[in-house]
Amino acid sequence: MSNHLNILRAGPSMTVQDQGRAGYLAYGLSRGGAVDALALLEGAALLGQSAELAAIEMAGMGGEFEVVEDTRIALTGAPMRASIDGVNVQWNASYVLPKGVRLSIGAATTGSYGYLHLGGGVCGALVLGARSAHLAAGIGARLQDGDSLEVGPDAGGLTGQKLGPDGRFDGGLVRIVPSLQTEFFADSEIERFAATTFQRDTRGNRMGVRIIPEGDGFKTEAGLSILSEVIVPGDVQVTGDGMPFVLLAECQTTGGYPRIGSVLPMDLPRVAQARAGAALRFQFVTLDEAVALEQREATRRKSLRGAVQPMIRNPHHISDLLSYQLISGVTNGDDLDREAAG
Amino acid sequence: MNDIHTTAWPQLKTAGFNGIIVSFGAGLSEPANRAALAFRDALERAGLAGVEETSTSLVSTYLRFNPLALDHAAMRDALRTLLATRDWFAADLPQGRKLWRVPTVYDPAFAPQLDEAAAAAGLSRPQAIASLSSARVRVQTIGFAPGMPYLGELPEVWNIPRQTALTAQTPAGGLCVAIRQLVLFPVATPTGWRHIGQTAFRLFRPETDAPFVLRPGDEVVFEQASPEAYANLQSDPNGGAVSEVLR
Repeated sequence: MSNHLNILRAGPSMTVQDQGRAGYLAYGLSRGGAVDALALLEGAALLGQSAELAAIEMAGMGGEFEVVEDTRIALTGAPMRASIDGVNVQWNASYVLPKGVRLSIGAATTGSYGYLHLGGGVCGALVLGARSAHLAAGIGARLQDGDSLEVGPDAGGLTGQKLGPDGRFDGGLVRIVPSLQTEFFADSEIERFAATTFQRDTRGNRMGVRIIPEGDGFKTEAGLSILSEVIVPGDVQVTGDGMPFVLLAECQTTGGYPRIGSVLPMDLPRVAQARAGAALRFQFVTLDEAVALEQREATRRKSLRGAVQPMIRNPHHISDLLSYQLISGVTNGDDLDREAAG
Repeated sequence: MNDIHTTAWPQLKTAGFNGIIVSFGAGLSEPANRAALAFRDALERAGLAGVEETSTSLVSTYLRFNPLALDHAAMRDALRTLLATRDWFAADLPQGRKLWRVPTVYDPAFAPQLDEAAAAAGLSRPQAIASLSSARVRVQTIGFAPGMPYLGELPEVWNIPRQTALTAQTPAGGLCVAIRQLVLFPVATPTGWRHIGQTAFRLFRPETDAPFVLRPGDEVVFEQASPEAYANLQSDPNGGAVSEVLR
């Protein structure tokens, strides 16, 4: 019998997610896939496997799980309280989950979307070339108590590995490029947008998040009768009441509300992960600057596997032992984390 | 022959970090709609290096590419070269088009904003139903939600704006109106368009070999059906809709 992950208790919004379905834009189907695409890469790096394998995305809250065979797992994205057989475990790390032992994942301590990766990935129905649930399109569904998901064959590899913590879970600065409808906004409104601090609203899901400005909403000269035009994830759409929405993986493919700009793909996880109330600011960059930023980030992402480190400080695994502070003996325990993040 | 470089359209516009739109007009027109469809078709055939995906909206063609491999300026040059090969506004409609007749309930219990939309158009309820149910409209593009058509063009009286606020949820099969266009929702969705009719037509069937039913260029008549007939229509994936090939 093949390996299975049993969901003993499902959090309120857990779905199977991979990199989504590219190529159906002409049919009105957005790509979808993990709302924090970087978390998929981190899970793949921790388990030393393909980033195309599907994982479980958990919005705000995890659940309780067990496997029918010993299984390598990794936990990425928004840090959540987690334990294996009652023993607390740290996030952004890989483990062996022994068969029949309970994995409990609780609420996110920061950020919005946590991910559970399994060695071999989650199997399940391929619909239009992907395993991702696309709730807005009615493909797949939220996971329920009692669901049992097939797990693919695992080529095996290290566990007990970790990646340093990342700063994308508390809001912050997001880079944005002008886009096809930026000209519908007066220069003064664009300048005000770039100078405004926004709060991530409680309203948000895989389609997009509403952001609330400190001051007034944003006015456009386009009115309510502009032609519907293509939408891409990252577009910042301003609805009739002046409130901006940042559109995410599962957004609609066209829309008639004007968009003031488009968030760089590399910064979109920061928007998706910001929890309600987190502060977000937007900085306009040119296309050339955006290419340079994305190029640097692509290089960093390619080397993610090199940033994976063993969790326990085993001297055999530390190549630059002398650089560690061995005298005080007191650290806050995240030295390796900081180094990996740097 | 038109020299496209001396006219205002088409225009190239940035669409986010990794996209460009070729726009064939500021407003909806049939030549611009045909141009967008034909240019996308040509773009697919041309197989330009770096292009990852193409689609159309009402009067524009969109392409997604990888700017880390080929920058925006180079992609724009390639697009201008392809644009210069012909007069896109003179392009024919796509081949293999169909005419669909879709039973539609216009009763206010199924169409909660019909009266409001009729008033905005300056029509009585019977006048509005007569106008909507007899109009033969064309699928101008598929977008927003999977398999969802934008259809037009309705008579000038239907040039009414979208709502300022969104309707929280319009049901699947809902027919909605704004700016001389109709949209038909494949899934329940929030919208700024007014809900003026209800069909049982399933536009997206992910479990089948033909997941998307309508194509750009298809024509549709939303014929009036009675509220009593609706339950029966729901038992048919086509919702009672029938099609014939247009020649």
